[in-house]
Amino acid sequence: MSRAIRFAPLVLLFLLIAALIWRLATPVDSTVSSKLEGKSLPAFALPAVVAKPGLASQDLQTGTPRILNIFASWCVPCVAEVKVLQELKRRGVHIDGIAIRDRPEDVAAFLQRNGDPYERIGSDAQSQVQIALGSSGVPESFVIDGRGVIRYQHIGPIEGSDIPTMMSKLEQAR
Amino acid sequence: MIAETGLAALWLAAGLAALQLVLMLMAFRTPIEVGRTIRAVAVVQGALTAISFAMLLIVFARSDMSVALVFENSHSAKPFIYKVAGAWGNHEGSMLLWVTVLSGAGAFLGWLSQRTSERTLVAALGAQAALALGFYAFLLIASNPFARLFPAPPEGKGLNPLLQDPGLAFHPPTLYFGYVGLSVAFSLAVGALLTGEVDAKLARAMRPWVLGAWTLLTLGITAGSYWAYYELGWGGYWFWDPVENASLMPWLAATALLHSINVLAARGALKAWTMMLAVIAFSMSMVGTFLVRSGVLTSVHAFAIDPQRGTFLLGLLAIYVGAAFTLFAVRGGTLKEGAPFELVSRESGLVINNLLLSVILGIVFLGTLWPLFVEAVSGEKLSVGAPYFNAVAGPLALVLAVLVGIGPLLSWRRERRPVFKQLTIPALLAATTLAISFIVAPAMGILPRLGLPAATFLAAASVLPLVGRSPFRAPLATWGMVIAHFGIAVALVGMAMNSAFTSERLAVVQRNETQTVGPWTILLKGVTPTAGQNFTAIEAELHASRGSGIEVLKPQTRYFSDPPMETNEAAIETFWNGQLYTVIGKPDPSGGWQVRLWWKPFVTLIWFGGALIALGGAIALLGRAWRRRRRKPEWRKERYA
Repeated sequence: MSRAIRFAPLVLLFLLIAALIWRLATPVDSTVSSKLEGKSLPAFALPAVVAKPGLASQDLQTGTPRILNIFASWCVPCVAEVKVLQELKRRGVHIDGIAIRDRPEDVAAFLQRNGDPYERIGSDAQSQVQIALGSSGVPESFVIDGRGVIRYQHIGPIEGSDIPTMMSKLEQAR
Repeated sequence: MIAETGLAALWLAAGLAALQLVLMLMAFRTPIEVGRTIRAVAVVQGALTAISFAMLLIVFARSDMSVALVFENSHSAKPFIYKVAGAWGNHEGSMLLWVTVLSGAGAFLGWLSQRTSERTLVAALGAQAALALGFYAFLLIASNPFARLFPAPPEGKGLNPLLQDPGLAFHPPTLYFGYVGLSVAFSLAVGALLTGEVDAKLARAMRPWVLGAWTLLTLGITAGSYWAYYELGWGGYWFWDPVENASLMPWLAATALLHSINVLAARGALKAWTMMLAVIAFSMSMVGTFLVRSGVLTSVHAFAIDPQRGTFLLGLLAIYVGAAFTLFAVRGGTLKEGAPFELVSRESGLVINNLLLSVILGIVFLGTLWPLFVEAVSGEKLSVGAPYFNAVAGPLALVLAVLVGIGPLLSWRRERRPVFKQLTIPALLAATTLAISFIVAPAMGILPRLGLPAATFLAAASVLPLVGRSPFRAPLATWGMVIAHFGIAVALVGMAMNSAFTSERLAVVQRNETQTVGPWTILLKGVTPTAGQNFTAIEAELHASRGSGIEVLKPQTRYFSDPPMETNEAAIETFWNGQLYTVIGKPDPSGGWQVRLWWKPFVTLIWFGGALIALGGAIALLGRAWRRRRRKPEWRKERYA
């Protein structure tokens, strides 16, 4: 048996080990990238739900980047998220909301109890706009640039540790 | 105290393994007599790990929540059998079981082996100790199963409900015995490469171990396949999941080894190849353990990912397999090949068998790890699924099945008799099956279309070695071979029938409404809540009939609270010609229920065939052991008596 054949298994083993070391060193990237990033907002016009103007897609084309937050009064993670949104508002971020499958009195109570970071709130009683936005759940947030193009989709609540990411996404959208 | 006893026993066993390795190294440097000592050390080491594992069983049986592992994986409300089985239904416990089997195998090798020369045995026991030492270190440093919790929590977190099944009590230990039993073949091969004594004697010493490990591996894979079939509620018996492949790869290597070892035992040929296979078979077991335990591949078995443990196991894998391959590369060239053989002979039949099995092994190996290689090189993510494996390995497996019918008829060295005449009847039967399949099912897929005639041919040809001689004077090993080969044919019929004739129905059914699947008409009588010892459930009552009589099936969706989880409990009714498989799903807003129904003709033959293959292995092992007892021990008496 030739030398080359005898050493072949050893070479194959080294290849395998190298690939496995690589795998252990680079953790699996399980983030889902949004298909909607870079696309324009779908056209919509939602009625008001509390004593604040409703929300239409033109309202998001103001020339400055904004956050569009999808929330609901019945959503538990949203309670914690609102505090973070307040912090973002304090830093000068414009935030609009869409209330999903909600009642006016519940939204009003929610905002009174937890704070109100929103400039406008639209009521999406049948989740139609939510589906058009490709949002799979509540809460979710979109960074919209001044021309109405979606630049970033954040799935799940924005937490305190996400503030730097959101700020830099807003900066990039400028 | 019990947990501490277990831990102490483990440390002592690790110390003895180190001693065993040192004894072997000393015996290689100086001509000292260590044979007896090293055997005794191996036996005591095995006993100590057995004690350690027994202690783990006791803390689980008593639900001692002060042991972290019990707290993480058990619950006082669990049925007793699952409390005990919970001992190996987790990472640390299963690694302890692995080590217990590894050093147990070493103990039996030290205790029983009479066939190898003393030099080779000492080298093999040293290799076995080196293997064990690494895994002791892994347990004691990175996965201590006996770690305590203080203060002790009042209640445990519970065991994954999917694992609360009789299949769990049986399937992993069987697989482990098979996996780790191959370590003896590995150690003997390493020992023989070290001493240069690769000969027929070594093959005969190795054969019972390979046969035993292979039998258990076959049984474990068959049981695992059936467990996945009825427990997951997906109606499939093999998913080409990485963890399934991890058990299939050592099996394929062991099957090849089982055949090539006969050539070495009978003719002294295929020396280097057989040693390579012996090394690869256990290496595949280690690769499998690594893949399962490190979580590097995405799998339905979804074990926790732990980089530290993964790195440790990978280190062990690299050291052991690397050392064995290096030894092979250095020493393989000195092996003299044995007696030559002609093109048509049993040797060349077995070589072809080995080549096909190796290629299938390569295909499975590549398919399992390909996504990893691609992502490492190009960053692209992909997955390799069942279509690849079926399309590439399927045809080769069919060719192999046909050749399995022919090989055993050939004689050693060269074939002078007109053996192919004997195959007329099997060939005619296969042709008839093919013709019938065209009439009955004109639109059958190509694999089942060829699978059925191949199975018929093999079923008829496999019994030929017993024809023309008095069957009861044939050696048990021949009986074992015939039964195992016949089992392949049986399993193949099951797979082909299942893939060709399964009917499936997924529907929303209202109460008192009927659905049809295959020949069955099935009525949803009602859905009621029910409860078990540690779960609540929704149970459907289905009345199935085909012509006369009514079969009642009660599939359930079970809700467990510790940990919170939902499982489907399929209701399966077995008939002589197939299985009716029913699953109840979610309620529908319209007031109906999602119901999933399968009629799977002859599907049970798959596992029946698998059991036959294992039975054949067991019978052959019995035959070998029987013959061995009648023979005189070769060296023990002269040396010590």
